[in-house]
Amino acid sequence: MEIAVISGKGGTGKSSISAAFATLSEKVVLADCDVDAANLHILFNPSHDEELVYASGHKATINYNLCLNCGLCSNYCRFDAISFQNNKVAISETSCDGCFLCSRVCPSKAISMIRNDKSRMYSGSFRNGKMVYGRLAPGEENSGKLVSIVREKAKQIAAQSSINTIILDGPPGIGCAVISTITGVDHVLIVTEPTISGMHDLQRTVEITAKFNLKTWVLINKYDLNFEMTKQIEVYCNDLGIKTIGKLLFNPQVVEAMINCKSIVEWAPTSDVAEEIRAAYGMIVCNK
Amino acid sequence: MKIAIASGKGGTGKTLVSTNLFYTLQQHGYRVKLIDCDAEEPNDLIFFKGILSKSFCVNQKVPVINEINCTYCGKCHEYCNYNAIFILPPSKVIKVIEDLCHGCGACSAACIYSAITEKDVSLGTVSCFGITEKTSIIEAKINVGIFSPVSVIKAAIKEAGNEGIIILDSPPGTSCPFIQTVATADYVILVTEPTPFGLSDLKQSVETLKTMGKTCGIIINRAGLGNNDIYSYLNQENIPILMEIPFDKTIASHYSKGEIVAKYMPEWQPQFMSMLNSIVEKDGNCSY
Repeated sequence: MEIAVISGKGGTGKSSISAAFATLSEKVVLADCDVDAANLHILFNPSHDEELVYASGHKATINYNLCLNCGLCSNYCRFDAISFQNNKVAISETSCDGCFLCSRVCPSKAISMIRNDKSRMYSGSFRNGKMVYGRLAPGEENSGKLVSIVREKAKQIAAQSSINTIILDGPPGIGCAVISTITGVDHVLIVTEPTISGMHDLQRTVEITAKFNLKTWVLINKYDLNFEMTKQIEVYCNDLGIKTIGKLLFNPQVVEAMINCKSIVEWAPTSDVAEEIRAAYGMIVCNK
Repeated sequence: MKIAIASGKGGTGKTLVSTNLFYTLQQHGYRVKLIDCDAEEPNDLIFFKGILSKSFCVNQKVPVINEINCTYCGKCHEYCNYNAIFILPPSKVIKVIEDLCHGCGACSAACIYSAITEKDVSLGTVSCFGITEKTSIIEAKINVGIFSPVSVIKAAIKEAGNEGIIILDSPPGTSCPFIQTVATADYVILVTEPTPFGLSDLKQSVETLKTMGKTCGIIINRAGLGNNDIYSYLNQENIPILMEIPFDKTIASHYSKGEIVAKYMPEWQPQFMSMLNSIVEKDGNCSY
């Protein structure tokens, strides 16, 4: 069973909730799909059993010894990545999409494509099971593809080690990395907060889980920040037939737990937040 | 002058800072534009009332295959670096997988049988709102289900032009949407929080900006919440702290309701003004 924890809006507590789920009781495979800003390894310090180089795409580079300055590449480029600077063809690394077209049309074979190979995927063990996480090199693309590889690896490990539950800690937003995280999972938990931004982002996130026909649950974090907004979120979810499975009070112990490299369930197992998370998890797991 | 407000970790307060800086400059008579580049989950417009002055779709070209002219030679499939063309020559099957297409035009360039034409597919919308006579907000917003926000972000930044002060509210993370947003900025403000997750993501953002040759300063939001590791890191890296926003329930409560903090707590305006002045002094070459 795969459970994905996502949020739309960043910073609502996805990673803290995923970490809590991962340490509740049964052994799990924990996959950090927030490859842009992976954080769970900070809490769990997993062993590095395997490292895999992930090629996230290509960038065009030009050999000026061969370049005829004809400008054909620039005419074909649709990403505004090629321009003339000081009467020379220049390729912008940040705009290049790695489509290869310039290198194919160049009559003097002056353009070659360099593979981006700085991104990595790691897998290993942590104190409550196995862990997989990706690390996208700064500025690199195709985070969605790296997420699929992380998920694939997590499934493989789960099968090998006879672990039934996979927890996926997702990225913020609704773009490619999120779509890759949630496609085909058994449950999606959306963590939100009672702010107008949280509400707005929740609506777009619900649209995307509906588009992929996924079993969706909502958890409201720091609900005591704004009771009125909490109510609105609950009504909104209820109208759509989405169950709000938990409401967490703001509790500074959650940050204390993070500083001490523990999940809230490990750090303060009898706290109100830990109890609520335990109940929410129970509800997801029982609802097969 | 373009100032990007960014962060690796989501939910650290980018939108809080962007909207309050925008409001403060507006109150002080500046010509200023706020560009909401968080195209997956744009929220800036929640905080202001504006009049829609212009709105346009951002499209991408995708190939359409004319099966009468197609000889199933497979050259388009070979040219496509995104696996967006599926072909089975023996069974005369050829299909475009539009979700994977990046619109690079390589397949059209490859086809010598005039079997490929192109159509527009909508990726999202750029909307311009006048807020006051001298200020406006431009919002980039992708359609739900679209993989990459990059083209929509680029279009919104282009629409902003170069006049006055331009604030770019960046998407979270350090991958392509972030890069596209900060690439055009003269200065980058990174918003973070003093927690282990905040620090880990901050380091990644700083490293990325270093490779891009961008100058940055830091705003610490929710100061007092976590621990002091972030201060030693910034000290060691010699990165200036531009402002500290305390962990304060009143601020969080205003934000949750979609209210501008600098309006209800005007004592924050001088802080935003002096931050801007210190950035402008350092940058030196701005015109507004």
